Amino acid sequence: MSKDKKPTSSSFFSSLFKIKPTKPGEVYGVPGQGDSLLISSISALCLIGFWSLATWAGWIKPLFLPSPLAIFNKFVQVATEGFADKSLFEHTKISVLRVFGALLLACATAIPVGLAMGMSRVMRGIFDPPIEFYRPVPPLAYLPLMIVWFGIGELAKVLLIFLSIFAPVAIGTRSGVRSAAIEQVHAAYSLGATPWQVLTQVILPAALPEIITAVRIGMGVGWTTLVAAEMVAATSGIGFMVLSASQFLQTSTVIMGIFIIAAIAYAFDMLMRFLERKLVPWKGRA
Amino acid sequence: MGSLHVDHVTVEFPLGPNTPPVKALSNVDLEIQSGEFVVALGASGCGKSTLLNLLAGFLSPSVGQINLNGSIVVGPGADRAVVFQKHALLPWLNVIDNVAFGLKLRGIAKAERHEIARKHLKQLGLEAFETHPVYQLSGGMQQRVGIARALASDPEILLMDEPLGALDALTREKAQELIIRIWKETSKMVFFITHSVEEALFMGTRLIVMSPRPGRITHTFDLDFSKKFLAGADARTVKASPEFIKMREQILKIIFGDEEAIGSDHV
Repeated sequence: MSKDKKPTSSSFFSSLFKIKPTKPGEVYGVPGQGDSLLISSISALCLIGFWSLATWAGWIKPLFLPSPLAIFNKFVQVATEGFADKSLFEHTKISVLRVFGALLLACATAIPVGLAMGMSRVMRGIFDPPIEFYRPVPPLAYLPLMIVWFGIGELAKVLLIFLSIFAPVAIGTRSGVRSAAIEQVHAAYSLGATPWQVLTQVILPAALPEIITAVRIGMGVGWTTLVAAEMVAATSGIGFMVLSASQFLQTSTVIMGIFIIAAIAYAFDMLMRFLERKLVPWKGRA
Repeated sequence: MGSLHVDHVTVEFPLGPNTPPVKALSNVDLEIQSGEFVVALGASGCGKSTLLNLLAGFLSPSVGQINLNGSIVVGPGADRAVVFQKHALLPWLNVIDNVAFGLKLRGIAKAERHEIARKHLKQLGLEAFETHPVYQLSGGMQQRVGIARALASDPEILLMDEPLGALDALTREKAQELIIRIWKETSKMVFFITHSVEEALFMGTRLIVMSPRPGRITHTFDLDFSKKFLAGADARTVKASPEFIKMREQILKIIFGDEEAIGSDHV
């Protein structure tokens, strides 16, 4: 046996690709298995550390990238004093209402439409062209149309976000319809189910994992569209705050706004993952 | 007393505009009376599954008709429960709700349908698992849940499409005995597809041997091995008896003959 050597960087990288048996309790060859929480925390801390170092050492001017501390101070300042005559809470609240309103509206329409498209040739024929036509178009491109048609009020904003969420949820639901095994559908029919019962009691529950994934994706797209929606004639909202701060080169407010959006979206995604574990614990095991 | 009649049924699958259709079944006649356990056996492509799909109502015959208790079968229904090779349970329901699923579809109240489901779980030795998720059960237990689900809707006939095909040898023999006992208790009609000659001989009261091209019933045998088992004989003793072995070899010969005929076609 060779002597113990201090791991050098090259042996660290070669160990990543080394073929070796697993520890008891793990399965050999599963890609990316194991818990990554610790590494994620270290990664995040390193990023913040490097960021602090870069700003503290003066490698980068505060106009381009303020220090993490400056951003925290800005957060405290805006939280107490407000921004553009509105408190930070109000800005956050209106943005959350816009995005979640649009999300609820999208789920209430896109899930039935997706189911209908998956279940029926006719419905697929009707809805496929419009959805596939507008889906790849960036919301900013049809924002002027939305304003011309629906004005500069809340309706246009919510509709813009709604449209961006609708397509991924409808498409995800449509592909989820195929999740039910044909044996499960046959079993239901041979137990006396009506087509409606098969839809509600077999197809829909079987599609639930894909629907949840689609809603998670839709949520992300919704937040992406928020800033576009708040670009025009908005006087409140996180997107408005970010945009108007950027016009005054208040970079710290911009970054703070980005962090708030990221934090809310991340919290929602955590909630969806929790719901996924509660609602579809059988995902991937059936 | 129920009965099922298959009258001169032919099934042709279209292959395209310029190709003649494939005859999956040709002029099949079959009659099953209540209390009968009919086993279908045959080389692959002989139309066993097509026949089961016809009985279940998933497929309509090109020619002929199927009668259950005098009424023509026009689609799937709760009077003909199917047990699949893959259990086809619903993973979002626990064991008892899977078994009670057919009763729920009929609008029977929860307490009542659970009571009925419990009876069938007990019959299949699953009473300790009623609140378990189905994906945590072993393959043999999942298949028993599938059988309990089929029984719970109290069908006239049980259609079983290789229900034990995916089980290991030991579990499979136990399941065979269990199914025979339950069939005896309920005296329902059973139509059972298998690939195992031994299973077919042991379980059935009648064996139909099917041949491919076109799919048809070529031989019918009346069997009494399950009666011997139900009368108290040991399953292994029944399967090791000279009559059983003689019959097994006879049937294997027929099936191997068919398999070779298919093989020579392809060479």
